[in-house]
Amino acid sequence: MGKKISIPKFQLPAIIARIGGKLPQWPHTMTLIAGLNATVKMKLLPVESLSVLEGRSFFVEVLDTGGKAHFTCRDGLFRPLFSPAQTPDLAFRANLSAFMQLLARQEDPDTLFFNRELSIEGDTELGLYVKNMLDAVEWPQLPKLPGFSH
Amino acid sequence: MSREKIPQLICPAGSLPALKAAIDNGADAVYLGYKNDTNARNFAGLNFDEKAMREGIRYAQSRGRHVLLAINTFAQPGRDADWQRAVDGAAEMGVDAVILADVGLLDYAARRHPDLRLHLSVQGSATSYEAVNFAQREFGVRRAVLPRVLTLAQVENVITNTSVEIEVFGFGSLCVMNEGRCWLSSYATGESPNTVGACSPAKYVKWEKTPGQMTTRLNGILIDRFDDNEAAGYPTLCKGRFEVGGETYYALEEPTSLNVLEILPDIARIGVAAIKIEGRQRSPTYVAQVTKNMRAALDALAREEGQYRVEAAWQSELSKVSEGSQVTLGAYSRPWR
Ligand code: SF4
Repeated sequence: MGKKISIPKFQLPAIIARIGGKLPQWPHTMTLIAGLNATVKMKLLPVESLSVLEGRSFFVEVLDTGGKAHFTCRDGLFRPLFSPAQTPDLAFRANLSAFMQLLARQEDPDTLFFNRELSIEGDTELGLYVKNMLDAVEWPQLPKLPGFSH
Repeated sequence: MSREKIPQLICPAGSLPALKAAIDNGADAVYLGYKNDTNARNFAGLNFDEKAMREGIRYAQSRGRHVLLAINTFAQPGRDADWQRAVDGAAEMGVDAVILADVGLLDYAARRHPDLRLHLSVQGSATSYEAVNFAQREFGVRRAVLPRVLTLAQVENVITNTSVEIEVFGFGSLCVMNEGRCWLSSYATGESPNTVGACSPAKYVKWEKTPGQMTTRLNGILIDRFDDNEAAGYPTLCKGRFEVGGETYYALEEPTSLNVLEILPDIARIGVAAIKIEGRQRSPTYVAQVTKNMRAALDALAREEGQYRVEAAWQSELSKVSEGSQVTLGAYSRPWR
């Protein structure tokens, strides 16, 4: 059986966020958007779900790296927002470790939310929708790397 | 204790990955719902369309496990056909049982699909053996899910006086108001689990972050205020902190979770047929974590009834995923009735 890599809970020192917040926010915004669009192109996100996201503004902030990404969904694809609205329709904030645990399906979003490690603000129904949409994605099986199996 | 007497483990599935997580981690059955208001977890983006449901049924049944379809809200005026169609679909797809609450729908299912196995949903609010036996006599109900308000002695009393299988809740968030009879959500929003399939629907919920605090409102009504290091709960009225007689506290219910690991041997001894895990709204990760630990506990019970001990690892995994900061035995251990 493939052994899962376990991501520990960690928090980067505050100085990183202070520096990170001053760096251009484009590189990781583009990485995030490229990742999301790859998911769309692989047809992992149902079309009817994408139509719910259409035209809404999103904000993701990685607290301990200072990374911030504003984006939207237009014509079924994710795009960066150059001049974001004052308050996005939906904002997710967490430390890097919490985001990584979420993506690796190691922690449950509600658990992180109850424990106050993940903050979700804005349109609650949209937030629930995004959460459930991501939960329903059947990620393709990752290839078993020799180092991670036993 | 022999294997037959170990209660079955019934796990929640709000999506196909959650269903697979439940089956892979040892659920005997999963319960799920359609993507509409015919079930009591009608949340945005949650649940199964027909394609996912067929795939889920195939996945479970090909591994010898069961699929229970919850159609457990009450048919709304003028829309009976939607609920009837849901039951017809269940029979056609070959689920192992449907979980119903509405007596009109139970009657329809019993007449139209005599071979379809019927379970009485917790939303049906049957708390006595008379109610359970009524459902058996009138509709041929084979199993009833008891609300999370009975003590263990009361559950035993029901079991002794009925031949209907009894299912109880074993883990998850608590809904204390005798499911199916709670009006709190309707009071605040005009919508409730029995009508639209959701308690405190998300569109009425607002989380507001201010420095050092988070405020929760339901349709404008202030439910709670959390300090940054305080655990949060679901935005339901029953779990809010209110001012009563000059004191602000959880006037109705603490945001705690139910966990029956400690009394598992008693639950098996009194003859409970199945243990249900709450949480169709939760992610595949939660389903995997809870199913795995409950399975381990039930297997331990099957091996060595006399020596059954709750392992610290099960307990800590389960506390981690719980709503609120504590887990309790809920009403099961309550001294009063
Ligand atoms: S308000 Fe609380 S007790 Fe009432 S239905 Fe909702 S969760 Fe249950």
